[in-house]
Amino acid sequence: MTHKTDVVIIGSGPVGLFAVFELGLLNLKAHLIDNLDRVGGQCAELYPEKPIYDIPAYPKITGQELTDKLISQIKPFEPTFHLNQQADSIEKIDDGWKIVTSEGTTINARCIVIAAGAGSFVPRKPPIDTIAEFEGTSVFYAIRNKELFKNKKILIVGGGDSALDWTNDLATIADVTLMHRRKEFRAAPDSVNKMLNLEKEGKIKFLHGQLKSLSGKNKMIKEVKYSHEEKEYSIEVDYLLPFFGLKMELGPIANWGINLNENLIKVDTEKFETSEPSIFAIGDINTYPGKLKLILSGFHESALMAQKCFAYCYPDKKNVFRYTTSSKDLHKKLGL
Amino acid sequence: MGKIKVTDREGKLHELEADVGSTIMEIIRDAGLDIEAACGGCCACATCHVYVTNDKINTLDPIDDDEESMLDQAFHVNNNSRLSCQIEYKENLENIELTLAPE
Repeated sequence: MTHKTDVVIIGSGPVGLFAVFELGLLNLKAHLIDNLDRVGGQCAELYPEKPIYDIPAYPKITGQELTDKLISQIKPFEPTFHLNQQADSIEKIDDGWKIVTSEGTTINARCIVIAAGAGSFVPRKPPIDTIAEFEGTSVFYAIRNKELFKNKKILIVGGGDSALDWTNDLATIADVTLMHRRKEFRAAPDSVNKMLNLEKEGKIKFLHGQLKSLSGKNKMIKEVKYSHEEKEYSIEVDYLLPFFGLKMELGPIANWGINLNENLIKVDTEKFETSEPSIFAIGDINTYPGKLKLILSGFHESALMAQKCFAYCYPDKKNVFRYTTSSKDLHKKLGL
Repeated sequence: MGKIKVTDREGKLHELEADVGSTIMEIIRDAGLDIEAACGGCCACATCHVYVTNDKINTLDPIDDDEESMLDQAFHVNNNSRLSCQIEYKENLENIELTLAPE
């Protein structure tokens, strides 16, 4: 099935979300694509609990609170979200663009707005040369099928929520060892206590250390070497689950033929349009003279971008500028 | 204006001019050396990981919980590992020696 909409927004961070609002005021519908399993981008993924102090009118607001408020602000415009997928390719069609995602979702839209921040989030992989030959068979960065690990020797590495949650979860069905470089964890205190109790009861093992190398055959690991305080050790394992958080990569956007400047997309400062007409870039991913990577700059950029999107979507209509405080028409759109 | 000494991943030594008030990450990044610093310096990633290789390490403010937690997402972490975005350059850090951690 092919979706049809006015604008596809790539990235659902604060700027992508607010773009829905600015487009919505102009009667433009939006679909958003995001590689993460939830909206909010860096705000929700990197610093949900960290306060931000430079959002106008909020002396202090956390990344998650900002995301929640934006979601509630754009609700009247009923955006469609396509999560857990990356915008893979774009193709010019008669009346705009066809966008295909990594999950095969196809969307036809008049305009594309790239609000991809520092790129899409992908797992941070341990820098071990041989790791690629075991990925997907013996090394996993996300878990889809727990059954695979039943009665197997599992090595989980990391100190965050994913590492601790999976240690506690898999302890009931597998022989689990948790490895971390120190015995302090950034995971939620509840999960940490649970893990420490499991260790006390002998249901899991804890090792101090950092990964060094992997060996095995037929795409299955047999031995993991690790180091602690300059000494080297080894452990036999069937599966390795490294949880070192996520990192950001520009990804397929780099191959779309848009003018870039070191992983940033060049735009003008009137419409925030890229070198490709009807493709826009807003927020941290764009660059122009004087650019500041601030959420508030992205908000401003989205308002100006929306004006030009309107011109593309309704070439024969004149856009009359209105204020949300007084316009009956806008109030109707906002569901008031 | 002071100076810091940075060894890049190829082992080449760079002497960089350092302004009081800038972070070490900013000084390294603005000099064009290969440091990712994906989050821009808000201690939300671990891609500005460096090793402090001379005794200036004792002059630095001790590592705080936030920085220590983020280092959990780095690799090849040593006793002299720091996130360079969390070190603000001051006069007493003149001639601090750093090595960029492997990617």
